[in-house]
Amino acid sequence: MATNRQAAASSPWRAPIVLAILAVLFLLEGTVRNAMFSGSWNTALAILNMGLISAIVALGVNMQWGYAGLFNVGVVGFLALGGLAPVLVSLPPVEGAWEAGGPRLILSLLVGLGVLAAASLVWRRWRKGWAVALVLIAGFFLFRHLFDPAVAAIEANNPARHGNIGGLGLPVLVSWLVGGLFAAAAAWAIGKVALGLRSDYLAIATLGIGEIIVAVLRNEEWLARGVMNVTSIPRPVAYEIDLQRNPDFVAFAQGWGLPVAEASGIWVKLSYMSLFLVVLLVIILLAELALKSPWGRMMRAIRDNETAAGAMGKNVTGRHLQVFILGSAVIGIAGAMMVTLDGLLAPTSYNPLRYTFLIWVMVIVGGSGNNWGAVLGAVLIWFLWIKAEVWGPALIALLTGPMADGPLKAHLLESAPHMRFIAMGAVLLLVLRFAPRGLVPER
Amino acid sequence: MDILNGLVVFLNFVFIPAAAYGAQLALGALGVTLIYGILRFSNFAHGDTMAFGTAIVILLTWGLQALGVSIFPLPTALLALPLAIALTALLVLGTDRAVYRFYRRQKAAPIIFVMASVGVMFVMNGLTRLLIGVNEQRFDDGARFLIDVRTFREVTGLAEGLALRSTQALTVVLAFAVMVALFWFLNRTRSGKAMRAYSDNEDLALLSGIDPERVVRLTWIIAAGLMVIAGTLYGLDKSFRPFNYFQILLPIFAAAIVGGLGNPLGAIAGGFLVAFSEVAVTYPWVRVVSYIAPWYDPGPGNLMQLLGTEYKFAVSFVILIVVLLFRPTGLFRGKSV
Repeated sequence: MATNRQAAASSPWRAPIVLAILAVLFLLEGTVRNAMFSGSWNTALAILNMGLISAIVALGVNMQWGYAGLFNVGVVGFLALGGLAPVLVSLPPVEGAWEAGGPRLILSLLVGLGVLAAASLVWRRWRKGWAVALVLIAGFFLFRHLFDPAVAAIEANNPARHGNIGGLGLPVLVSWLVGGLFAAAAAWAIGKVALGLRSDYLAIATLGIGEIIVAVLRNEEWLARGVMNVTSIPRPVAYEIDLQRNPDFVAFAQGWGLPVAEASGIWVKLSYMSLFLVVLLVIILLAELALKSPWGRMMRAIRDNETAAGAMGKNVTGRHLQVFILGSAVIGIAGAMMVTLDGLLAPTSYNPLRYTFLIWVMVIVGGSGNNWGAVLGAVLIWFLWIKAEVWGPALIALLTGPMADGPLKAHLLESAPHMRFIAMGAVLLLVLRFAPRGLVPER
Repeated sequence: MDILNGLVVFLNFVFIPAAAYGAQLALGALGVTLIYGILRFSNFAHGDTMAFGTAIVILLTWGLQALGVSIFPLPTALLALPLAIALTALLVLGTDRAVYRFYRRQKAAPIIFVMASVGVMFVMNGLTRLLIGVNEQRFDDGARFLIDVRTFREVTGLAEGLALRSTQALTVVLAFAVMVALFWFLNRTRSGKAMRAYSDNEDLALLSGIDPERVVRLTWIIAAGLMVIAGTLYGLDKSFRPFNYFQILLPIFAAAIVGGLGNPLGAIAGGFLVAFSEVAVTYPWVRVVSYIAPWYDPGPGNLMQLLGTEYKFAVSFVILIVVLLFRPTGLFRGKSV
């Protein structure tokens, strides 16, 4: 892609230094209580857990951007699609929902897919636009004919508590993989269409699919209750309340000299952290192995000069599709993990500014093309993003301290939270221009 | 009579809203397509810059209203437009100087420009929030309707009423005027011809003594004008909410790509195509059908709506996908890079 990606000598100490800075920041957050830090390990670990999930998302984005130069502007959509998996896989089945319209719903979805396949077949065989349109229009009405009554029946089933199709009751860890599969399927569809054309098109198409996936989650109540949110998604770790009732744990907490409530919170967060770390390390190991393999060298060759790689007989579009699917699958896994951590799927919370673009800042700042860079950048930026919520207003209050009270001061104080967006945009622009290789450059 | 009633319902709920929305999209897509033609990247900051320009218009409008200035039948926002365009143009030129010029000199890949524009989008979004907040603002004053429902019913004696809001009429008229002016500029003036030459072939344009930086500056100024006008018309017609301006990015891109990126005429056609499909697909047709085909009974509860309004963005997306699949250069043959 760009000329500024050529590997140049850089200090091998960069990654350890960034890691050390992160460790110090989290230690301060956990132990020091002042205007800047909360001094609570619960808060520090909560930030770290979300930071680890962001790191996995950043890894996925880094595969697409760092390995292949593909610009995915629909991260939020793949994340939300992954988040659907815990709801559909691990929630207990909803009584009566399947009997109300399950088979018909599945049939209608299969018919929908069949219509698309038929249309593509017709196009390949006869190349007649009107025939394709005919198939699609007839298929659309057939689909709606099957789909609408099924949805109405499912949504009428105990709408105050459920009204959704429910899950399969499988362990929630299974849903993480399923989340990856969901995102991969969406990525395949979008990549098939938009790859191989000019590079902006993938960006625009992913922007679209991102918005549409979120719109579907928001409005299809049979799927995940729409804006009514799905709560009480099963946990892979212990519940605080059970820990507090467990005499062994109470004794354990007293041994550490901690109040039981706080200790149980920390215990739960540490268990999540270990799970997330395992996933993160497995993904990073696979990603590093792939990058060092002939496949990884080919990907980077394609990224640096598509024409030359094509001339060497590499299937550029095919490889792009492959890496786009892989990266999206990783984002989907992270989406499922995020919903598991929150225990709740809230479609209204999927805001592109926060998910898509913040992740991009993480990848660019961390060092595109370098997995460790993406991970460290993600945790660092997430920490700063969360703390900026506290630091921004404090800073403004400090700066406006000597000012006379008045509408201008009030306006500045009130608008301090919005400063985060300007700051993040500025960080992205500055890093992109002055340090395009990021904190931990590609080797 | 029933046919006429059906026609009035169609005009009232489909044609007029779609025409106004199409004009707004067309202006937005014209800006995107111009920037693509000259600077050769898809500007993701377009929607948020529109929001920023509109925010300035709103603040100026409030100022004018406080001073008691009014041009009654027309909304005061029109008076605020020139100054707001000038301010936005300054900001956009500053952005180009600070951000994009560096990559232009470097001849960076288009995708780097796109990424930089995402950074600019973030900043613009923050600036808009800083300036006016995230809440909905209404700033339309002046006459509400050109034709209102009751007068229309009394004059024509039809059962259905037709309402033409003055903002809708204004949108179409102003957009048409802007488009005519733009095409006159591109086709008849020296600078416009320089812009087209630069867009067609950068090297040849350089050889014939065209100053590329001047062309780029002109493009940004024109684009700023288009953005502020489009944003203000959209805000007058619907209402102003910064997040809506981020969301309108997708239909605008769809419109520009349908028409062929880099092709101004295509952008206009694309804007109307996207708007009409969006409204037609999400409109509940049952009332129109009950007039035109009274013998047909769709059954209770059937609104004859192809897709819920919440999926209107899916329409632009599907259009986008179809174009990418079958004709990636757009209906009017845009640039292929």
